[in-house]
Amino acid sequence: MNFGKQFKEGLITNNPVLVQVLGMCSTMAITTSFFNGLGMGLSVLVILTASNIVISAMRKVVPDKIRIAMFIVVIAGFVTCVDLLLKAFVPALSESLGVFIPLIVVNCIILGRAEAFSYKNGVLASAVDGICQGIGYTVVLIIMCVIRELLGAGTFGGGLLNNGDGIRLIPEQFPIGMLTFPVGGFLVLGCLIAAMQWALSKSKNKEESK
Amino acid sequence: MQEIYTLLSITLGAILSNNFIFSQFLGICPFLGVSKKVDTASGMGIAVTFVMGLASAITWLVNKFILVPLDLSYMQTVAFILVIASLVQFIEMFLQKAMPSLYTALGIYLPLITTNCAVLGVALLNIQNNYNFIESVVYGVTGGLGFLLAIVLFASIRERLVFADYPKAFEGFPIALVTAGLMALAFMGFSGLKVW
Repeated sequence: MNFGKQFKEGLITNNPVLVQVLGMCSTMAITTSFFNGLGMGLSVLVILTASNIVISAMRKVVPDKIRIAMFIVVIAGFVTCVDLLLKAFVPALSESLGVFIPLIVVNCIILGRAEAFSYKNGVLASAVDGICQGIGYTVVLIIMCVIRELLGAGTFGGGLLNNGDGIRLIPEQFPIGMLTFPVGGFLVLGCLIAAMQWALSKSKNKEESK
Repeated sequence: MQEIYTLLSITLGAILSNNFIFSQFLGICPFLGVSKKVDTASGMGIAVTFVMGLASAITWLVNKFILVPLDLSYMQTVAFILVIASLVQFIEMFLQKAMPSLYTALGIYLPLITTNCAVLGVALLNIQNNYNFIESVVYGVTGGLGFLLAIVLFASIRERLVFADYPKAFEGFPIALVTAGLMALAFMGFSGLKVW
């Protein structure tokens, strides 16, 4: 297994959000402030890695027919752990993410990686895959948050820096408030995926012309 | 009378002003995945409506009569997802036996409903909002209807997108997302809607 290649796949060429287009709900719903994006990204990273490890360790014991049910139970168990931990140690985050923490259970990234990768590969490779895909997801969330927060509210690092208000970069009367509403989620993600497709097709063309 | 007003405001909220897709971002995956044609979209919408109604009834009962008395509320997520998964499996077997035509029409989309976050979302929101049994069922069904409305509208726009002229990089998902964004903007117009 080539870990460098896995890392590049998770971050760029096979990014869970921008290329595989999985886990859209949380990507658009919670990316309104920097703190939310970071918290959600890290939660998914932890759950994805843990469930990848367990699923790949159990892959030879579990019959093919009930594997999806098994995946869901494993994932739901880890999600419950993370949910309780967040409630205990970071109540502010748990409150602002709300129902989207338990909904990580049905986040297609985790189920998708279980089915496509960890059910077929060894424990170590699956753990690395979980970390790489999780980082890919977190990076996209943070980019979305920064764009939406900067253009929509004019601040940076909301919920975390400057007593939770964020650092104001654009005076209050200028930002496009629409971007912090659901509309902004759809538009910003659409543009990000378009940019990704453009960049990937450009690098592909370059390789072909060589 | 008060009860009827509450139900009415839940209904209007779930279908229009607080639409599951456009303002709560629940159920985006099937919304983007199964909206290339109007007829499959409406099939998916109807199936989701049905499952959401049934799931909110059953999860409410499970929560009230099993989880709360046994002090197991922290197991909510696990219990609900198991209920939903087995419910979907059951509906699949039932349809296969009783209504084979509908079963073949829905095809692969039926098992996919398990991982539709709108279904688990509605079950969790019912508990969070402290709805009683009737309110939960109404919220589930009308939430499903809102999903149906959104996905059918979106699919009919997407069918026409084939003829549209847009930059090549936007092909596929990006243009669909931008379209959905504009629809969300239109649905924001309903947010002023209030029932007493």
